[in-house]
Amino acid sequence: MGGYGDIQLLREDGLRLDGRKVDEMREVVIEAGVLPAADGSAWVKHGLNIAVCAVYGPMEAHPRKIQRQDRAVIDVRYNMAPFSTSDRIRPGFNRRSREISKVTAEALESVVLVERYPRSKIRVEIEILAAEAGTRCVGLTAAAVALADAGIPMRDMIVGVAAGKVEDTVVLDLDKAEDNYGQADLPMGILPTTGEIAFLQMDGDLSVEEYNTCLEYNMKAAKEIHAIQIDALKRRYEQKMGGGV
Amino acid sequence: MSVSGTGAELRLVAPGEAIGAASGVRAGTGALIQGSEIIATRLGWVQQLNGVISVDPVNAAYMPRSGDLVIGVVESVRNNLWFADVNGPFNGLLPMSLAPWKVEFGAAREQMDVGDVMLARVQEVDEAHNVVLTMKGVGLRRLKEGVMSKISMNLISRLRGENDETLRSLKEASDCRIIVAENGRVWVDGGEDGTAFMRKVLDLVRNQGHMANFSQSLATLMNDAPGGVA
Repeated sequence: MGGYGDIQLLREDGLRLDGRKVDEMREVVIEAGVLPAADGSAWVKHGLNIAVCAVYGPMEAHPRKIQRQDRAVIDVRYNMAPFSTSDRIRPGFNRRSREISKVTAEALESVVLVERYPRSKIRVEIEILAAEAGTRCVGLTAAAVALADAGIPMRDMIVGVAAGKVEDTVVLDLDKAEDNYGQADLPMGILPTTGEIAFLQMDGDLSVEEYNTCLEYNMKAAKEIHAIQIDALKRRYEQKMGGGV
Repeated sequence: MSVSGTGAELRLVAPGEAIGAASGVRAGTGALIQGSEIIATRLGWVQQLNGVISVDPVNAAYMPRSGDLVIGVVESVRNNLWFADVNGPFNGLLPMSLAPWKVEFGAAREQMDVGDVMLARVQEVDEAHNVVLTMKGVGLRRLKEGVMSKISMNLISRLRGENDETLRSLKEASDCRIIVAENGRVWVDGGEDGTAFMRKVLDLVRNQGHMANFSQSLATLMNDAPGGVA
């Protein structure tokens, strides 16, 4: 870890390679209701990441074996477009996208009031159009906006953010170089109003102090992204483009 | 679900947003008590009526309730029953015993085939969301002509107006037969001009139905209705 020779991720002046401060987030832009065919949708640009999310349902759960008599199931499909990275990705499901789909679904299940819709399915499709580290977080942020846009009842919004460690310094919102050559990465799914954590993964090692700093940074960023989410949703309905088909 | 046309200050809230203290009020639809506060569970407008605080969602799926008048589209036919898409998460089931016809076992398709549209009422809904429809009742029938369209759930009351007043004047102005079903489907049948006018009205409802000045916009549109407003 950290043994990448002379790759320097922090500048002499303490700023990061792209000029951000250690606790500064990349720019986030959110647009709600971008897809006319979906029940709810969102477009999120987070730094150079671009994600589009579509939500369909609640609908009858198929195949029948996935139905739950007491609640709805959330069916997430996270997919990266072949052109989203510098190396072309083979289209279709792979081990990584399957994992992210699963953890995203579990994170969403803790905010969506699934017990309201027994035997149903809520389909969440996350498409990553451009990737620059942290796409699972961007996907989660997009999914929350799309679910709210679809009118699915939720306890709270959910925001995906990540912090990590490069050159023994804790930084917020890793970009591609920091993600690839850094020492640790801590993506989280945070419920911004209550501060609960619905999703947490860690790649690399962090000490307790470092972890706490990461948590503090993530919480702060979650509040900021939450405000952007809410703004996107409200903007959509204040100058509405059209609902239903 | 009653959006009065008063145009009072409505507050738009998002899921998780606190909309008031939990003391002395009850949480209605789209709201949830969390600790000492009431939070919104949906994106919508806050409403407080008779000590119940609720959120009128801007967009919601149709959840059938017994007694609802619905417009269904037949999805599949069995020997003695029909399955209809009622714009909700689950298909409605119409058994032969609740249909207005008496046909031989296996001949259900002769009365209503896949793709046909029906006006039905929700007979019952159980806790697992099984929906049973009935076509026994006044006016319930197969819709053989006309135009079917869709509006979002929360705009139904806007189209109907207080005591169905808006709907009544629209019927007069367009000289059409109009049915606004509880599941967000609207059926219009009438002359060419009337139907075209109703298309415009429905577009207005979709685009501006949530706005405070909706009644005025509608009144403006009704001035050039084919039938002329009385």
